Amino acid sequence: MSAVSTSGIVVPARSRALREAVEVISSMRFAIALLSVICIASVIGTVVRQGEPYPNYVNQFGPFWARVFDAAGLYTVYSAWWFLLILTFLVTSTSLCIARNLPKIRHDVGTFKEHVRASSLKAFHHRAQGELALSREAAIARVDELLKAGGWAARAQSRGAVEGHASGVMVAARQGMANKLGYLCAHGAIVLVCIGGLLDGNLIVRAQMAFAGKVPYQGSGAVSSVAPEHVLSPSNPTYRGNLFVAEGQSSSTAVIQLGDGIVLQPLPFDIELKKFIVDYYDTGMPKLFASEVLIRDHATGQTTPATIKVNEPAIVHGVAIYQSSFDDGGSRLELKSWPLVPNAPSAELKGEVGASQPLQLPDGPATLELTGLRVINVENLGAAAQGGTDVRKVDLVQSLESHLGSGAKTRTEKTLTNVGPSISYKLRDAAGQAREFNNYMLPLTLDGQRVFLAGVRDNPNEGFRYLRIPADEQDSLDGWMRLRAALLDPSQRAEAVRRYVKMAAPADRPELVQQLTVSAGRALALFAGAEPARKDAQPVGGLQAIADFLDANVPQTDRARTSDVLIRILNGSLFELVNLTRERAGLAALPTDDKTQAFMGQAVISLSDSLLYPAPVLLMPTGFDQRQASVFQVTRAPGKNLVYAGCALLILGVFAMLYIRERRLWIWLEDAGEGRTQVTTALSCTRQTLDTDREFEQWKQALLGPAAEGSKDASR
Amino acid sequence: MNTTTSSTTSTTTLGSVRLGRPGAFSKRTTFDWVYAALILLGAGYAFSRYGQSMDVYERGILVGAVPLAIWLGWFWSPLRVLVIGVGAASLLAIGQYAQATDGFGADLAAGQQRFLLKWFLASQSAILWMSVLVFLSTLLYWVGLFTQRAGQQAGQANTALRLGSGFAWAAVFMALVGTMVRWYESHQIGADIGHIPVSNLYEVFVLFTWLTTLFFLYFESRYEQRAGAGQVRSLGAFVMLVVSAAVGFLLWYTVSREAHEIQPLVPALQSWWMKVHVPANFVGYGTFALAAMVAWAYLLKTASKRALGIAFVAVPLALAAVLGGFMLAGVSPETQGALVKSLRMVIGVAIFGALTLALRAPIVARLPALELLDDVMYKAIAVGFAFFTIATVLGALWAAEAWGGYWSWDPKETWALIVWLNYAAWLHMRLMKGLRGGVAAWWALIGLLVTTFAFLGVNMFLSGLHSYGEL
Repeated sequence: MSAVSTSGIVVPARSRALREAVEVISSMRFAIALLSVICIASVIGTVVRQGEPYPNYVNQFGPFWARVFDAAGLYTVYSAWWFLLILTFLVTSTSLCIARNLPKIRHDVGTFKEHVRASSLKAFHHRAQGELALSREAAIARVDELLKAGGWAARAQSRGAVEGHASGVMVAARQGMANKLGYLCAHGAIVLVCIGGLLDGNLIVRAQMAFAGKVPYQGSGAVSSVAPEHVLSPSNPTYRGNLFVAEGQSSSTAVIQLGDGIVLQPLPFDIELKKFIVDYYDTGMPKLFASEVLIRDHATGQTTPATIKVNEPAIVHGVAIYQSSFDDGGSRLELKSWPLVPNAPSAELKGEVGASQPLQLPDGPATLELTGLRVINVENLGAAAQGGTDVRKVDLVQSLESHLGSGAKTRTEKTLTNVGPSISYKLRDAAGQAREFNNYMLPLTLDGQRVFLAGVRDNPNEGFRYLRIPADEQDSLDGWMRLRAALLDPSQRAEAVRRYVKMAAPADRPELVQQLTVSAGRALALFAGAEPARKDAQPVGGLQAIADFLDANVPQTDRARTSDVLIRILNGSLFELVNLTRERAGLAALPTDDKTQAFMGQAVISLSDSLLYPAPVLLMPTGFDQRQASVFQVTRAPGKNLVYAGCALLILGVFAMLYIRERRLWIWLEDAGEGRTQVTTALSCTRQTLDTDREFEQWKQALLGPAAEGSKDASR
Repeated sequence: MNTTTSSTTSTTTLGSVRLGRPGAFSKRTTFDWVYAALILLGAGYAFSRYGQSMDVYERGILVGAVPLAIWLGWFWSPLRVLVIGVGAASLLAIGQYAQATDGFGADLAAGQQRFLLKWFLASQSAILWMSVLVFLSTLLYWVGLFTQRAGQQAGQANTALRLGSGFAWAAVFMALVGTMVRWYESHQIGADIGHIPVSNLYEVFVLFTWLTTLFFLYFESRYEQRAGAGQVRSLGAFVMLVVSAAVGFLLWYTVSREAHEIQPLVPALQSWWMKVHVPANFVGYGTFALAAMVAWAYLLKTASKRALGIAFVAVPLALAAVLGGFMLAGVSPETQGALVKSLRMVIGVAIFGALTLALRAPIVARLPALELLDDVMYKAIAVGFAFFTIATVLGALWAAEAWGGYWSWDPKETWALIVWLNYAAWLHMRLMKGLRGGVAAWWALIGLLVTTFAFLGVNMFLSGLHSYGEL
């Protein structure tokens, strides 16, 4: 019987070349070759990052290969001309394949094949023969019943004896013709999906670029200032673009990103963002992104409110609006600029996220770029406090038990805390070099100490390194900042040394007083970076300076002891320095308790670290007015319906092809005399599986009884 | 050919042949009806109790699940016992949990305190049991394979093989109980956190484990009627191996990453689509893996020693060398981690490949006939392909809603397409050109590599929308 053929169409064309071309294109081997190329291209598309700025590729591949790959379209594989060409070929090939098989399938579905010769049944793989003690009519009735029970549709042909062929009845039955329809469905689906997909790709946008004289726009600036050759027609049937709307603003122009620039797409409505809502779980994971918008229809002038969420788009005039991303829409920040160099005043600053402003720094002019505001930062502060689990401890029962129970717990306790807002900014110097900073507005408790975190990094691939500045008893930066300013002031240092010596040295031993004054003065000066550790060296400051000094001036054997003494002197002097600054600020002196000790300990470390802080100012947020922006994706995709119809057909087709087996059954009934009937039966199936063997075995048993002969393999 | 038939046999009267078209329900037993009634009751209760908090699609899914569950139970009768058992055990667990409450819902600390929960029914405990049972099952299948009488006519399965199947069933049971209880637990943590446990890599590995095992048990029971039980079951040694590998990964993931912690859903995943997309996908992954393991068994029987040596030992070792070379050359820390994991997998394959080669003769003598292996392979790939098609289409529909386009050439999507095309080509060659034997088996095995990359490799090496890091 005829199966679906896989070779190509042979058209009666005069040109041999044309004939052969059509044959190749419509054959299955060509289709499979195309699919293989699509596979390989797709793999390339997943390995080479798509649609990145060209310089990234030059970095990755070098200038030569970057250009070669660019020419091959590897940076936008899925819209490269050759990829689309392959898809077009695939559509053609599949269509031709359907066209080729359609007549055959129509013929197959229309016939029961009751005309086959009785003798040809012998050639079948599954066949059997036997005699029934029934008249021919009774036998036919019995066959009829069995076929009905088995769900077969059948047709019979009665034959008289002609030319050596015996007379008898040929019953032809069939089942599972939907398999053939499945074939049509599945292949038709591929065509539909490809056509739909091609429609919705950026093919039509690119056609407009080519034929309507539009060119990509490379600059930036306000939408209204963009020349009309960068703006597509509002009646553009298919596009996919992004729409950026800040809170309180509205927009009606989407931006379509092309490889070498953008084009603008006017929309038939404008969207005003009332409010962008981000909601978080306790774990700090985002829970909800939603935009409350007003959609103003240009045609009717009507305004409808809508809430657009991830997974819940809004659809207006066939344009679907998706929540795609979010950004800062220009939050206003209030900052305090703390100087980290001597004799500079602190200042108040204002700015907007996303904007940049000139900033006069003590070491020259710079540009301040405010890059972000995060209102909520959830951090796991538990892990650090616990100091980790001891992995060496082997306690089977306990470690087993730690894995029992509900799925809600973890072995290492997590303490998730919202540590409040943070801002990030960049300081760009006159040479264009930028450093990135990330500062938290509120102090947080680390290792039992309230500290402000001020982060810095030199390039975006690194993590931030944080300066931990201890908060004073008012939970503010002031105490530490006063101390730092005083440390850099020689006269205050001298006063602190004086007070320290007065407190620490017995007044009746002037030589000791003298000695201690020198030591304390030197320790503070070294620590402040006012005095080099070695002669002719640059002063470094901090604890490093003290260490260098000891290395240079104290013999190895005495170093540990001297170091102890020097650090104690340093700490004592710094404590006096703190109280000096407090006195001048009109505050009471710090009590000598654990809290003060912890503050001082952290202060010494952070002062030391702060001398390496790579900027002369520290900008700490003091207030903000958050203004968010929502990024929508707007798409008009008319090919979607084709694709969806194709998908439905595909599923139907695949199931029909795999699970409906097309089978044909023939029963040849011949008079055997004495009221008996000789029966020959054969089964054909397009698919050879064990199921077919079993089915035929059952059929044979039912029709002929257990001893019927003939088997599926008798002739082999 | 002898066409004369003895009249005594061929004239036998009709005997017990059923006449007429059988009624749609005529084969149903009392137990079938009891099962259907229980499903209906359960769904009805769930609907009345929780219907209010479901959206219209979720209600649709619940209603649709009823005929599906009934049909599945009627289609393959052992499922009835499984479903009822899992239901009962889950209800028992919920009953135990519900005895104490905390600020929100049941107090999950009971999972550490109550005997039944702590040692059997709490989700972590149940999944741990599942892991143990999968390993035991694999071990016993191997013991059974080697202690079985060699030769084509082996009929009954020996004790070890029977125990292997039993443990596999028990593993499926515990996995399902763990899944159900985990689902319940997720709803007791806090408002809006609860969700079906198919949302992250940990949860889908549990899904993969029980789906693959269950598919194997199905094929086992179906083919036992045609070939000797002993031979069919000996295939379990191969199939359960890939399940064991999955469980090994799961345990590593739990211990070193604490991935078992129930996490709430990010906005992109908050959709009813997840309930259908993910399981459909894993029917695909599971059966493709199953087909590949059967293909391995097939190749052990037919391929030359040299070909097997190259494929299962030399190629993995070469790949390991290449990966090692990459590591030495210096890559980013994330890629480094991914390479180490891949290296472990590849070396594991090489070791197992070498072992099967060394023990080839005794293994081959006890495996089922080639015809049967071929049939299992085809059936598994067919069902996997059909479901993978559904999953991909559902994925496209979901993507259209969540990301604004039904197809965005995201790496995961693209690799799913590659997997789909690969098996589409396999089925084409088989159905249209009658491809069988060694080539089909090699191809099915390579298919598993492609599938594994689509499943794990993409997550490890490529980034994209499926990592949910965008929004």
